[in-house]
Amino acid sequence: MNFHLTALVPELFFLALVLVLMIQSLGDRNWQPPVEKWLPFGAGLAFFVAITGFGLHSTMFWGVYKVDMMSQFFKIVLAFGFYVTVLNASRQSTLEDGKRADYYMLLGFSTLGLMMLSSAVELITIYLALELASYSMYAVIPLRAKEKGAAEAGVKYIMFGAVATALALYGLSYIMATQHTTHIAELMNKSWVFAENPMAVVGLSLFLAGMFFKLALFPFHFWCPDVYQGASNETAAYVATMPKMGAIVVLCRLAVLLKPGLEITTILAVLGACSMTFGNLSALAQTDLKRLLGFSSVAHAGYIMVGLVSGTPEGIGAAAFYGLAYLLMNLLVFWIVSRVASDGRNLKLTDLNGLYKKAPVLAFSLAAGAFALVGLPPTMGFMGKFFLITSAWDHGYNWLVITLVLNSAIAIYYYLSLFRHAFTEEKAPTGVAAPDNGWFASAGAGMLAAAVLLVGIVPAPLFDFAIRAGESLYGIVHAVGGAGH
Amino acid sequence: MDFGYPVLTILIAFPLIAACGLFFLKAPQVVRYYTMVASLIECLLAIPLINFQLNADFQFVEKIDWVAKWGLQYYLGIDGISILMVLLTVAVLPLCVMCSWTYIGKREKEFHFCLLFMTSAVLGVFCALDLVLFYVFWEAMLIPMYLLIAVWGGDDRRYASLKFFLYTLAGSTLLLAAIVAFRITGGTFSIPELMEMNFSFRFQFWAFLAMALAFAIKVPMFPFHTWLPAAHVQAPSAGSVILAAVLLKMGTYGFLRFCLPLTPAASEYFAPMMIAISIASILYGGAIALGQSDIKKLVAYSSVGHMGFVTLGIFLFNQRGVEGALFQMLNHGVVTGALFMMIGCVYERSHSREISKNMGLGKYLPAFMFFWGLMALASFGFPGTNGFVGEILVFIGAFQESIWIGMLCVPGALLAAAYMFRVSLKMAWGKPSSGKGWRDLNAREWIYLTVPAVFVFWIGLAPAPFFNIIDPSVGKLLNDFDKRKVAAVEAETPMQTAAADVLNVLAGKQ
Repeated sequence: MNFHLTALVPELFFLALVLVLMIQSLGDRNWQPPVEKWLPFGAGLAFFVAITGFGLHSTMFWGVYKVDMMSQFFKIVLAFGFYVTVLNASRQSTLEDGKRADYYMLLGFSTLGLMMLSSAVELITIYLALELASYSMYAVIPLRAKEKGAAEAGVKYIMFGAVATALALYGLSYIMATQHTTHIAELMNKSWVFAENPMAVVGLSLFLAGMFFKLALFPFHFWCPDVYQGASNETAAYVATMPKMGAIVVLCRLAVLLKPGLEITTILAVLGACSMTFGNLSALAQTDLKRLLGFSSVAHAGYIMVGLVSGTPEGIGAAAFYGLAYLLMNLLVFWIVSRVASDGRNLKLTDLNGLYKKAPVLAFSLAAGAFALVGLPPTMGFMGKFFLITSAWDHGYNWLVITLVLNSAIAIYYYLSLFRHAFTEEKAPTGVAAPDNGWFASAGAGMLAAAVLLVGIVPAPLFDFAIRAGESLYGIVHAVGGAGH
Repeated sequence: MDFGYPVLTILIAFPLIAACGLFFLKAPQVVRYYTMVASLIECLLAIPLINFQLNADFQFVEKIDWVAKWGLQYYLGIDGISILMVLLTVAVLPLCVMCSWTYIGKREKEFHFCLLFMTSAVLGVFCALDLVLFYVFWEAMLIPMYLLIAVWGGDDRRYASLKFFLYTLAGSTLLLAAIVAFRITGGTFSIPELMEMNFSFRFQFWAFLAMALAFAIKVPMFPFHTWLPAAHVQAPSAGSVILAAVLLKMGTYGFLRFCLPLTPAASEYFAPMMIAISIASILYGGAIALGQSDIKKLVAYSSVGHMGFVTLGIFLFNQRGVEGALFQMLNHGVVTGALFMMIGCVYERSHSREISKNMGLGKYLPAFMFFWGLMALASFGFPGTNGFVGEILVFIGAFQESIWIGMLCVPGALLAAAYMFRVSLKMAWGKPSSGKGWRDLNAREWIYLTVPAVFVFWIGLAPAPFFNIIDPSVGKLLNDFDKRKVAAVEAETPMQTAAADVLNVLAGKQ
């Protein structure tokens, strides 16, 4: 067994972090220091450890676990996402005191699973890592004190998740039976034409369905708005962002199989088009903020397909970059949702009224987040979308690109209403908790907004990294330590 | 010519930086003085532009890589077509600050932030020579304009602002697709490089349609004009001024900068349609303006007509027509901007924009009526004013092209005189309604109305310097256009090709 300890430093650090959380969750609730006091520092450190590991590359465990540009890109993204979600959740008011350590432990395990998922290059390994990431989620979602809806959301997530997992396993068996391998590198050279290998194509479609469930792609999205609505705001922030990164990295790795013109690629493109159109149209009618964001993430799942079906390293790089953009934009908006709902309630659009007066920094950051989600320049969302459509143009799916740009025009309405309520409506609701306007809320929102704008104006360094990650999947290797950082 | 510093970048960045400085101020009066000073400094920063050489090259060029891997560049430069628009934008800013001095009574900080932000974005649009950079500025200007209408607007502001935002954004989404298509087909985002290339007619056909939709909505041309009256009527005075003077020009500028040089064959092919729509805009805008009882709405519809003259001039493809279009762009900016400022003046006094509430002002507000009369005359192109120069050029171009096009424009000019006289006569000599106690113009209003008045006479009586600036660029534009419009046309029949394209896409989908 070849095994390089140094190449696994980010994961090992994370494992250590999770084990400490596990010990604390076993202990007395009066143990000092309380988990919120030290965990942000630990998570921040994990982020830096992940950054230092950006140049690592190695293959281990008989070729099922590969540390390459793609995996390191997503490990950095995931570590960053975990850091922000931990900070975000540290002020959670709807979490019982006794369950705090457990809550973070489960989030940590889930993130660890996603990190392993980003390195998995073999279908069974992918499946195992995915399950590690999912099991913790099943337990986290119902953790919302005095809220029956949360339990309902948890049950829904488990049911849908179980079905999707079963489908994926079933598909896996088909792939194994016909292609006689589960290594993506070997599957890449097999035929995926339906006429030649019908069973394998059906198997791959089913396996992909498991990923689509995680990504909330139409028609596997039904859990999404309900779970966001039922779970606490902070949990929703996690569910909306991190598991999707896992799904995106797996899809990026599997995208090398999807040559343009194959039936399965076309299915992906059609699902992407349906997903963005359906997501955006449904979001138009929402008044609950989290449901709105749920449908928006259905639409965004569709956008990501545009990069994946192009069948080029640039397309995969653009999809990875959009994944990062999606994570940042959503964490930003959910940060504001969590701070405005300082008592942990579900927000209506009207709850945002007059935010510009009550919490100017939050309002400004919300504007940045909302316009980034639409894809207006100069934000990261625009750059992400722009890279997606440029990479996909002239690869046989121009109609998908047109669908994407037309969808921006639909989407503007409901994102604009976030902005409109925060900036132009004066009539604020009475008798509800005021938004958190402290330095912590403002600093977090301000920094996330600055990141969204800054990466939108100067996207080159991160984008080069993403492109190299995409190229690494096609075996185009660059000297390590170049323009990545 | 090198000034030792990037002239255009500083010109674009300065309002933005100044806008950020607003966050540290508190008192409304300080905010106003601060913005006023900033806008005057911005005018000073435009002084190096007098070194503009009278030729057709792009000047003051700045070029650095932005995203090298994707071919994006930070690429700025101006030529004879854009320099006048840049100067207009810079000059309008201090006037806007002055005309909202007392008009804006709430959230002054944000208001001036929007003004400055908007100036930056619009300057960027006129200076950008990279397609994506252009798009970035093009979209960036939507948000401050939306806020100007939605926060400081009239009673129906929510509807007007949403309509404005949705309309313009929907139009520009396909522009992005066209930009991407240019990159993939032409291999670059750089506009000067793309101008040298010949694209297949099929490509030009679709690219033209995608771009023309975005620009036609912005202009706005006849069937897409409905957002304009709503936005104008609801917007505060300064918002209307910027909207009329600068924003609408972005659309016609887009036609000149993109449609003609990049898709010459398709422009030629679609010219009859564009001319027809332009004439429809002229006649329709004029006829509707004749029936308005709201002064602001009247001027808004007159904008539709005036901009019709601009697009008509552009799609005539002859020297006089395009010159006339450029003059008309400048004139409309000066004159309509001034008219909207005056509507702001009178609204501050009467709190109504109805003609019937603002009658008989000749006796009580003589200075105001002097400026109003002057601008009204300029608006319908009275000889001696700038409006005449623009309109006569377009007319000459139209008659050169075909006598029928020229004849069809004549009623448009008559209508313009009719509605302007109707409103001006009532305002000057109608039965006084409530104007007795009003004060005439104060010093601030004198200043901001004198500036456009000077330009009305300057362009009207001595337009030679302006001709010298625009002529080389217009000549080059038309030269390139004539050379390339035929070369690219393929033998195939365009409509069938287009239909086949659509069918192929539909077939591919299933």
